[in-house]
Amino acid sequence: MSGWLAGLLDFLQTGSEHNLLPWQCQLEAARQFDLTLPQVEGHALALGLMPARYARNQNTFTVYDQLRLFRSRVAVIGCGGLGGYVIEELARLGVGTIRAIDPDIFQEHNLNRQLLSSPAALGRAKVELAAERVAEINPAVTLVPVQELYMPGRAGQLLGSAQVVVDALDSIHTRLALANSCGALGIPLVHGAIAGWYGHLCTQFPGDNSIQHLYGNTPHRHGVEARLGNPAFTPAVVASLEAAEVCKILLGVGSALRGRWLVINLFDMTFDEIALPR
Amino acid sequence: MHITVKLFAQFRKGRFVEQQRECAPNSSVGSIVQELGIEEPEVGLIMVNNRHAELTSELQEGARLAIFPLVGGG
Repeated sequence: MSGWLAGLLDFLQTGSEHNLLPWQCQLEAARQFDLTLPQVEGHALALGLMPARYARNQNTFTVYDQLRLFRSRVAVIGCGGLGGYVIEELARLGVGTIRAIDPDIFQEHNLNRQLLSSPAALGRAKVELAAERVAEINPAVTLVPVQELYMPGRAGQLLGSAQVVVDALDSIHTRLALANSCGALGIPLVHGAIAGWYGHLCTQFPGDNSIQHLYGNTPHRHGVEARLGNPAFTPAVVASLEAAEVCKILLGVGSALRGRWLVINLFDMTFDEIALPR
Repeated sequence: MHITVKLFAQFRKGRFVEQQRECAPNSSVGSIVQELGIEEPEVGLIMVNNRHAELTSELQEGARLAIFPLVGGG
């Protein structure tokens, strides 16, 4: 082991209390050893030290799980209603690299529900706000902003290194293209969609065709969200379910919503599970 | 003939969750959608007896028809 690395590990170990690494120690390590905060986080987790911000993840996730999340790469397509909450939760969870893809800027009609939006953000790129938010809430993980429209021709470059892709799109046409791209690239896709009090969720693994089954007949239509709009709570619910799916896939635990379609009705407060052909 | 129709999401508003209905033999799914006053472009997935169906699908005695709206927002 090189001298500086031994020094860093010693510094982190000494600064930790009950295997929890305080934020101040992480900051100081980055300064003293001329490292980025993500680099310090990676070394700490590999050493079996849990950054103290994840203290309440313990018993749900081991340090090894946390390291696995840190070394994970997730692409979130769309930074609006669903995407904003998904990014927030993945960053707080400690997913190391989040690539956020969206061509849009914030507009006034986004303010009722989109977590990353605010009056001060009007006219600014959604992915830029995503990067700022993640830097604020968890500087130890990295958000890569990509301000462009998802185009299947660019799927390799945009999604290539991701282990999971999250569908937070608002276009059925683009969503079907994304499902096809993920299938071709062999990447699991967590799909969610919302309209008014209603939403749904489904996870598609390579070789499955659940999303094509849901939307195959309607590629060029708009959903009922065009008429119903979306209130604040519906994207938060569906995005949280999407984040839980991502977490399980990355860690290889639990049961993903595969071949199953969760139909969410917050008006009657019912959750129906419908079997789908894969 | 006798069928059971189950509606989802906002299709329930002013209608029902589940209803037993009488209809002409070999009625299409589309004719039931029309009877219910549901706008066709708002229809997403249709299932008959838990299998994917189309607006043009013909219903048989005892069919269980489920109609979901097209939800695509994010």
